[in-house]
Amino acid sequence: MNSKLYGNLIFELSHEGRRGYSLPKNEFGRYDIPDELRRREDAALPECDEMTVVRHYTNHSGNNFGVNNGFYPLGSCTMKYNPLINEEIAAMPEFACLHPLQPASTCRGAIKAYDGLQKALSEISGLERFTLNPFAGAHGELTGLMIIRSYHISRGDTKRTKVIVPDSAHGTNPASAAVCGLDVVEVKSTADGIVDVEDLKGLLDDTVAAMMMTNPNTLGLFEQNIPEIAGMVHECGALMYYDGANLNPMLGACRPGDMGFDVMHINLHKTFSTPHGGGGPGDGPVGVRKGLEQFLPSDNFVCDATSSDKHTVDSDIFVGAYHGNFAVILRAYAYILTLGRENIKRVGPLAVLNANYIKESLKDVYELPIDAPCMHEFVFDGLRDKSTGVTTMDVAKRLLDYGYHAPTIYFPLLFHESLMIEPAENESKETIDGFIAVMRKIAEESVACPEEVKSAPHGTPIGRVDDVLAAKHPVVTYKVLKSEKA
Amino acid sequence: MSYKYFPHTEAEVDEMLGRIGVKSLEELYAEVPDSIRFRGEYDLPEAMSEMEVRRLFRELGKENKQLTCFAGAGVYDHYTPAVVPGIISRSEYLTSYTPYQAEISQGTLHYIFEYQSMMAELTGMDVSNASMYDGTTATAEACIMAVASGKKAGKVLVSETVDPKTVRVIKTYSKFHGIDIEMIAAVDGATDKADFERKAAQGGVAGVVVQQPNYYGVVEDYSGYADTAHANKALLIMNSVAADLAVLKTPGEWGADIAVGDGQSLGIPMSFGGPYIGYMCCREKLIRKMPGRIVGMTKDSRGQRAFVLTLQAREQHIRRQKATSNICSNESLMALFVTVYMSLMGKAGLREAAELSYAGAHYMAERLVATGRFVMAYDRPFFNEFCVRYDGDVDALQKKFIDNGFFGGIKVDGNTIMFAVTEKRTKEEIDSLIALV
Repeated sequence: MNSKLYGNLIFELSHEGRRGYSLPKNEFGRYDIPDELRRREDAALPECDEMTVVRHYTNHSGNNFGVNNGFYPLGSCTMKYNPLINEEIAAMPEFACLHPLQPASTCRGAIKAYDGLQKALSEISGLERFTLNPFAGAHGELTGLMIIRSYHISRGDTKRTKVIVPDSAHGTNPASAAVCGLDVVEVKSTADGIVDVEDLKGLLDDTVAAMMMTNPNTLGLFEQNIPEIAGMVHECGALMYYDGANLNPMLGACRPGDMGFDVMHINLHKTFSTPHGGGGPGDGPVGVRKGLEQFLPSDNFVCDATSSDKHTVDSDIFVGAYHGNFAVILRAYAYILTLGRENIKRVGPLAVLNANYIKESLKDVYELPIDAPCMHEFVFDGLRDKSTGVTTMDVAKRLLDYGYHAPTIYFPLLFHESLMIEPAENESKETIDGFIAVMRKIAEESVACPEEVKSAPHGTPIGRVDDVLAAKHPVVTYKVLKSEKA
Repeated sequence: MSYKYFPHTEAEVDEMLGRIGVKSLEELYAEVPDSIRFRGEYDLPEAMSEMEVRRLFRELGKENKQLTCFAGAGVYDHYTPAVVPGIISRSEYLTSYTPYQAEISQGTLHYIFEYQSMMAELTGMDVSNASMYDGTTATAEACIMAVASGKKAGKVLVSETVDPKTVRVIKTYSKFHGIDIEMIAAVDGATDKADFERKAAQGGVAGVVVQQPNYYGVVEDYSGYADTAHANKALLIMNSVAADLAVLKTPGEWGADIAVGDGQSLGIPMSFGGPYIGYMCCREKLIRKMPGRIVGMTKDSRGQRAFVLTLQAREQHIRRQKATSNICSNESLMALFVTVYMSLMGKAGLREAAELSYAGAHYMAERLVATGRFVMAYDRPFFNEFCVRYDGDVDALQKKFIDNGFFGGIKVDGNTIMFAVTEKRTKEEIDSLIALV
């Protein structure tokens, strides 16, 4: 962390008349833009020389923490290693310079890559066909729900307007249902943290369009009753939607299609190692069971043995301008080809091994509300010793001082002090042992010097931020920031 | 057994299993019912070495044809300064996630704040969010935002001159979300103002979507649109190609309430359709109705200026089904991309690139007409993209272009071609293409 160089905005480095670009001379002669079409004054963008820009963004990168910096056990986000060969491939000019509307005969290689990933995901998921067009996980959820509604409507079954979502679900599930015009019904979890089948029975009727689930769920627990749940949901005429947020531990162990799911999305940036990019771009491919292909959004590519470029227009669903985040698609395809069938199936078991090892190594000092074998992640409910007043927030902030990213905190909502830990399969035993030692040390500090923990972090470029001030008086542009300073 | 992405030795696996209290990796999955346990082999190729993977993608790359691009329709072949890919490949940016832990994410939070500031300047609006997926989905979300702001009104008017790709995404979202879409007619390549005024006056309209420059490249005259929209309690949503706003009258100046569009034109490679970045800016009073992340200024415990994700009460992780949108992560790294781009280009460079594109396009249009084979499709002002009618076989001509290494425009209908020119196109390239006519 580069606290010495913390601070400036690029606007504050601007000097009138400086420039950081070079463009060719106008060789076309004078074609002046008429005044009536012009904006009144230039946009107040910074004026900087090239090296100032490079130093600014280089120094700021030092105030960030990525997977390449260290252990990033952010639950439900699958922060795995992002291989650099995939970056090289995504940047190849043979792909990067393609216009998305080029005739198929001039982009066969790109179409083959799209189709190759589509087929690999179908194989790994046990589903029939994928569209790679949705841009993110939440976008995939929305697309998947559109597919499900279209399926029901096509059968004249128009009163199915409810989506059942577990109370442990990620907030995107109900939010996606709402954007799709569906009503959300929550199904309870049992004391063991899995879907309450009895409660579900009472919710199922002919107004239910779908049940949305992750498996393993957000507590990291495998929903053992999934065959029974899928049977009940199908029995009532609804479809099963699989939120692929937690697909990683299932690699080599269990396929969503075999669990009974009909529609699913995959987060390429989680399970298939494309970089998270500070919050995107990812990609959220959506797959469907055989018989639902005609409801997939339009504008996909499918290659068969004879022709390498069938451009499919199946439905009236369009979820973006083109074919998804294609450069992300290339990275994920390269990752799958690099791993190959023999290593893909080892991803899940190694991730699950890492998670259970951490859980078993810390459950004597951190509260494990549901003491069961976990999959790729698990949730502590804060420290066991609650008498010190040290909260999950404090533990998270103290971890930053020791050079670790914090776990996901205060989610899921089932517990007050949720601390959700997910180590990816790439993490070595010594990295994990180091994390365990620090987590134990923080537990000790919470007793010995609780104020030290409550006021953490101390070694980061900034201390804890005032969230309330930011929301109460929003300053979201430099223009306003500057006027307030003056 | 050992593999480059898995550090575990066999001895370590055994030791870890011992601590857990199970005998094998298989036993970790004891909870998975046998009936659904996957024990087969994936029907996928065996692992490839790095050299083999590189070779495979090079071979695929050879099946793509590198063409000099004279096509646009929303995606443009702009110049990317070498600095930009250099910065965005820094792994502290690339391999981080959403800046939940502000204390170790100030790099990301700073650039998002800078991005928001620049986009607000470019569009002439008060505020910007941290990004959206792309221009089409940003426009669809703006329609949802308008309806959510419009109390009971449930209809959105969309001009026929809006990019058909955007229209079909709007229609998709609207169909499921329950918004009525009514199209405003186009006359001679521009929105029919009389039709707009008539439909706006019918009532129940929450928003109006127009595009500037429109899909056909025409710079439309939207005088009076904001007043009419506001008089009918509707919001004016204006979709623009971001780079064009360096010189054109801004959505803010036209009186728009929400400015949306795609930021690809700010130097992002075409990459066969993505990743790009959608932008969304609006008037300050609408900020709490906005979808997506927003970064704001605050102070830290040491009194320093700091930046943080803010106004999160709008978002799905807090509000669940009552959130303004389901969007969470989207295109953050592309926000860094365009922020570095705009930092380098600055106010003069962005303007200069736009003026070069304008000059090149107007030169090309003149020369095409001078061949005697083309006429301008519309007698209206255009920026860097325009439609011409050809007196011969468009398909044969476009094939000839491709055979000679050019992506020669987009066929809009029977004999109309739409060409786009950016600052990357040289006079020599334009002359060579025209020589093929």
